[in-house]
Amino acid sequence: MHISFEHVSYTYQPNSPFEHKALNDMTFSIESGSFVAVIGHTGSGKSTLIQHLNGLLQPTEGKIHLGDYTIEAGVKNKHLRELRENVGVVFQYPEHQLFEETVAKDIAFGPQNFGVPQEEIERRTKAAVKATKLPEDLLDRSPFDLSGGQMRRVAISGVLAMDPKVLVLDEPTAGLDPSGQKEVMDMFYDLHHEKGLTTILVTHSMEDALAYADYILIMNHGELYKEGTPLDIFRQKEDLEQVQLDVPEVIAFLSKAEKEYGINLEYKGQTIAELAKELARKVRGGSDHE
Amino acid sequence: MSSSLIIGQYIPTDSVIHRLDPRSKIAIIFFYVVIVFFANSVMSYGVLALFAVGSALLSRVPFRYIMKGLKPVWFLIVFTFLLHLFVTREGDVAFSIFGWDVYREGLVQGGAISLRFFLLILVTSLLTLTTTPIEITDAIEELLGPLKKVKFPVHELALMMSISLRFIPTLMQETEKISKAQASRGVDFRTGTLKDRVKAIVPLLVPLFVSAFKRAEELAMAMEARGYQGGEGRTKLRELRISKLDISLYVLFALLVIALFMTRS
Repeated sequence: MHISFEHVSYTYQPNSPFEHKALNDMTFSIESGSFVAVIGHTGSGKSTLIQHLNGLLQPTEGKIHLGDYTIEAGVKNKHLRELRENVGVVFQYPEHQLFEETVAKDIAFGPQNFGVPQEEIERRTKAAVKATKLPEDLLDRSPFDLSGGQMRRVAISGVLAMDPKVLVLDEPTAGLDPSGQKEVMDMFYDLHHEKGLTTILVTHSMEDALAYADYILIMNHGELYKEGTPLDIFRQKEDLEQVQLDVPEVIAFLSKAEKEYGINLEYKGQTIAELAKELARKVRGGSDHE
Repeated sequence: MSSSLIIGQYIPTDSVIHRLDPRSKIAIIFFYVVIVFFANSVMSYGVLALFAVGSALLSRVPFRYIMKGLKPVWFLIVFTFLLHLFVTREGDVAFSIFGWDVYREGLVQGGAISLRFFLLILVTSLLTLTTTPIEITDAIEELLGPLKKVKFPVHELALMMSISLRFIPTLMQETEKISKAQASRGVDFRTGTLKDRVKAIVPLLVPLFVSAFKRAEELAMAMEARGYQGGEGRTKLRELRISKLDISLYVLFALLVIALFMTRS
């Protein structure tokens, strides 16, 4: 689903002493099928932004196009239900939304609300559980008996079972251990390609943004600060530091290699160790000629 | 929903009213509530209204904001007024609408009761608007202090109050977060039959209870880990002190009482 924002602003509690402008004149577009990372410092408006993607919040100014749906400021929007079926949102700590008696029922909750037939729900539940690598015998257990990591997978399965075309992820790996983080991110990445989803990832991890996204939006004080491909963005170290963002270690390594040795290494997703070897080879190779 | 009701919300505008000792504020408001019922003439109501509106202006909380926040209460005020208007049948007939006689006495009674209502709500909401919940519970603990002599658990009560107050915004946030998550999964809290809407609350309440219990457990553990021990011998970070400002409030209030009894008919 193609997504575009046209001069979107959002103000919390307008006309009160607590008035706060969280989004200010945001204009950008997200191509259908792309993996976009939204990064920014705490309080930069990322969460407000993603709540506009399925109509939880409606802009106080401007217009949003999501596929054939349009959400416009000051206009009552009728098709929110269909929109929400198409845009699945995995919120921060999604395990907090579990409530059913069994895992299977909780996963089926979303599709049931959207009137999906029973056999289809069962098929989707199985598929979702498989995608999140949950053992199928957990389906009849209570979600509150599971470990934190498993609960998170159940909650994610519940969103996947809605079979959305757009997947919005709000720091889906917060609070997981490093191996769990990688597993969850790899899972989203695989799903993104298999199902041709449009994925929007809100993250604090520059490493994840670099590894998974093909486009990055940087937000600062409710405004779009920069947008571009990961390599473009992370080459601009000074600009990132201005908004308190770091450069991923790998990119920092590349920049340093270029500065110290004048060697321009091409980045194709290598690890630091691999890049170090490449660099060593080039440095040695260079000195051989002299 | 939460933005329109201002009762219980603190607005840090840092005015003289904010700087008063919370104990003074509570005591004065208590006595104000009592003396409101002694007013019986136009002048005496005027004196009371002057005090209330004056305090509201001094608090530097935008007056229009207070009025807007009292919206849910306006209904009650208007309702009381109309009730008196149509039920009282004393004195002369003032005028009649749609064949219903409205009596002079009803007009006066309705006006007086509504005004009382308004003044009470204005003054009491001013307390929460200008005093942090922590200050209020501290003040209540101090004011109830004498009850300790009869083994009344004043400190525990105050602690319970401050913990509850502390967690109201947290739980509100949590509610909003969970309702958003469930709305994203297709729950509709706003439309549908009453039965549907009641059913829609279950996916909201269950996670809310789970997280509230979890929080309570964590809080208890954190307090124990830091060796919390209530009541006797516990000192305070911020001690409450009566300042010159408070004394001037007492004097002002005493003048108000005198003025009130002089203007009574």
